[in-house]
Amino acid sequence: MAELGPLTIDGTAAGNTEHALEHDFRAYVVAEENGVFALSLLIENLHCPSCIRQIEGVFADEPDIVEARVNLTTRRLRLRWRGGARRAADLAAKVAALDFVVVPYAEQAAGNAGEQERKKLLRCVAVAGFAASNVMLLSVAIWAGEGSMNASTRTLLHWFSALIALPAIVYAARPFWVSAFAAIRSRSINMDVPISLAMILAASMSLFETARGGEHAYFDAAIMLLFILLIGRFLDHLARARARSAAERLSILGATVAHVVGPDGLISPVAAAAVTPGATIVVRPGERVPVDGIVIGGASDLDVSLISGETLPKAVQSGDSVLAGTLNLTGSLRLKAQRAGENTVLAGIVRLMEAAEEGRARYLRLADRAARLYAPVVHLAALLAFAGWVLLGGMAWQPALVIAISVLIITCPCALGLAVPVVQVVACGRLFERGVLVKQGDALERLAEVDIVILDKTGTVTLGRPELIRSKDTTPAIGRLAAGMAAGSHHPLCRALVSAFGPAEALADVRETPGLGLSTQRDGAEIRLGSRTWCGIAEPDGTAPNDIGPEIWLVGHGGPPVRFAFRDMLRPDAVETVAALGAMGLVVELLSGDRPSAVSATAESLGITRWQAGCTPVDKTDRIAALAADGHRVLMVGDGLNDAPSLSTAHVSASPSAAVDISRTAADIVIQGAALAPLVEAITVARKARRLAFQNLGMAAGYNALAVPLAVAGFVTPLIAALAMSGSSIVVTLNALRLRERLWPRKGDAS
Amino acid sequence: MTVLLILVPIALFLGLLGLCAFLWALRSGQFEDLDGAAHRILTDDDEPLPRSDRRP
Repeated sequence: MAELGPLTIDGTAAGNTEHALEHDFRAYVVAEENGVFALSLLIENLHCPSCIRQIEGVFADEPDIVEARVNLTTRRLRLRWRGGARRAADLAAKVAALDFVVVPYAEQAAGNAGEQERKKLLRCVAVAGFAASNVMLLSVAIWAGEGSMNASTRTLLHWFSALIALPAIVYAARPFWVSAFAAIRSRSINMDVPISLAMILAASMSLFETARGGEHAYFDAAIMLLFILLIGRFLDHLARARARSAAERLSILGATVAHVVGPDGLISPVAAAAVTPGATIVVRPGERVPVDGIVIGGASDLDVSLISGETLPKAVQSGDSVLAGTLNLTGSLRLKAQRAGENTVLAGIVRLMEAAEEGRARYLRLADRAARLYAPVVHLAALLAFAGWVLLGGMAWQPALVIAISVLIITCPCALGLAVPVVQVVACGRLFERGVLVKQGDALERLAEVDIVILDKTGTVTLGRPELIRSKDTTPAIGRLAAGMAAGSHHPLCRALVSAFGPAEALADVRETPGLGLSTQRDGAEIRLGSRTWCGIAEPDGTAPNDIGPEIWLVGHGGPPVRFAFRDMLRPDAVETVAALGAMGLVVELLSGDRPSAVSATAESLGITRWQAGCTPVDKTDRIAALAADGHRVLMVGDGLNDAPSLSTAHVSASPSAAVDISRTAADIVIQGAALAPLVEAITVARKARRLAFQNLGMAAGYNALAVPLAVAGFVTPLIAALAMSGSSIVVTLNALRLRERLWPRKGDAS
Repeated sequence: MTVLLILVPIALFLGLLGLCAFLWALRSGQFEDLDGAAHRILTDDDEPLPRSDRRP
């Protein structure tokens, strides 16, 4: 088995090892020509400029490294080297050794769509910017020469403007054309419909006016409108793409490499989905079980927290069935595959999640709701202006049409189009610096409406790993002995013992019996460390008050049996966060798949009165659906695979960055780091952003209330249109920037 | 005013040059890491930096 090369990294900081253990870096290596291999790594806690030097410095002396470049914006490290794909894990370990959390990143799968979209938008912005500045220069000449310029020169300049503006509009407004067309086809209206309509009308009317040598052409207004709106669109995309690329690692692949034993006894890595039922698979300690199957050899403890949310590992031996997605902790296992790929229990949970996600797509964004109100009003106003001038004012139809179109142009939703996106961008940027990644564009809008927060227990309000409860019975000598025995084991309780009693020297000759415990010989006596059964301790009668958490026993060390009790520690700021959520007027509930005793203890220490234990994924989604049916808006916070469906069902969802990939993918918001407090900040910012967005919409409406009468009366020249449009856009943008106010003093403690 | 017929195309040509330069920069990856570039300018080059065969 050793020929397979290093699949795990050891010897890094404790928190990282756990993380790195799960990934098979070789699956992400891309072979380029000339024997060069490339790998992209996502570095989670990369935020300061000096980190760039630190990381790139590690590779500076290595002759085989072709390229090592950190991208601070996307938090990725791109490595290219010579000398075999198997060096991937070594190279990643070098970065992990600097205390960075390293995750492999599948570049082709994730990066390209967003990157292409960004470049396309930026090209549109550039073309529109070029056209807008040149048309504006010509327009300034026309305005300045008003009265003294003769008509033929003016018409010439108008033709130049048309020559620049028309192709630019056709090219650069494609994002709006496409979106507006899609909306009309699905018989709805979004903000892009009035935008597109106004641009088409402005351009065609200006062309008509130019052709007949008229005085007013609105090319400048049309192209400037396009330029400003494209900037808004680009900023919107940038903020979300950055957060999304950090959040979606798509490293589900890493958990789904199966090591299949061939008929000739050789072991080869195979994608889990391609495993045929009946195949024999080896799962070593530290790996995830890739398929549903039955154990045919070996015994071990499995971490089943992803499936059921339970903290305690489950012991398995020959004949037991195991589920894909569980983590093998202590012993090597041989499995006979039963179901793989789409048929596993894991895939079933994923399908449940996808079904829930479809329901949420119906949420209507604030800007689109505004557009629904706005578009009919504006179009009606233009129509009334036209009818009024022709029927009541006795005007010919051509000048009346010019007035009607100028109503559309001046009310063109420049400020309205910027009102919400600018606020979103500033809010997302502010949260990004605090370690909160907002993945969905409308997530903040939904977050602001929340009135109930549902928390998962294991891994969300707790750290998801057991810690020793200190007791008076354990002397330092006993602690050292126990830690020394436990040092070689992957079992979470053993790791907790080691971290509690410090780095003890591992004792030699410790034998591990998977599912039971450890034993060693000293002075002719056998010392045993492990479960009650392993140590021969009688089961309690069930009335003992302190049998809440997991425990291990130590016997044979020359004294009475010693009991080590553990509990899953709360996140350091969990209590404050729950209190703060309560103070914000939110109801907090705890839903967990764990046992009632453990859940009630956690709920009590957090001050939560509404809790439910033993929840399956379906129970959780049912609970959320029931609350939603009562008119509540639920924020779900969870990290496990068993939470993924409920994360998709909830009105809005968040998950810690240590969560499983599928949950991070399902969640709207990802919180980095060990603290829960950013959740409170996210809700605060979301509410403030909502207030500002409404203010902006109000200002845009107020501007229109002023401008429309002027336009209807026929006073709007191209000059006034240009001034009014840019003026309102600037006001709206400045208002959105108020969201950054309190940011600067805090920036220092972010790094 | 016939001079406009010469000057306006020249102005447009220069503007187009700028646009092309921008599009080239976009294509060659100059805008890939704006945050990093802002900080890299501050780091000293006293030590040898890792070799990079990325196009300048």
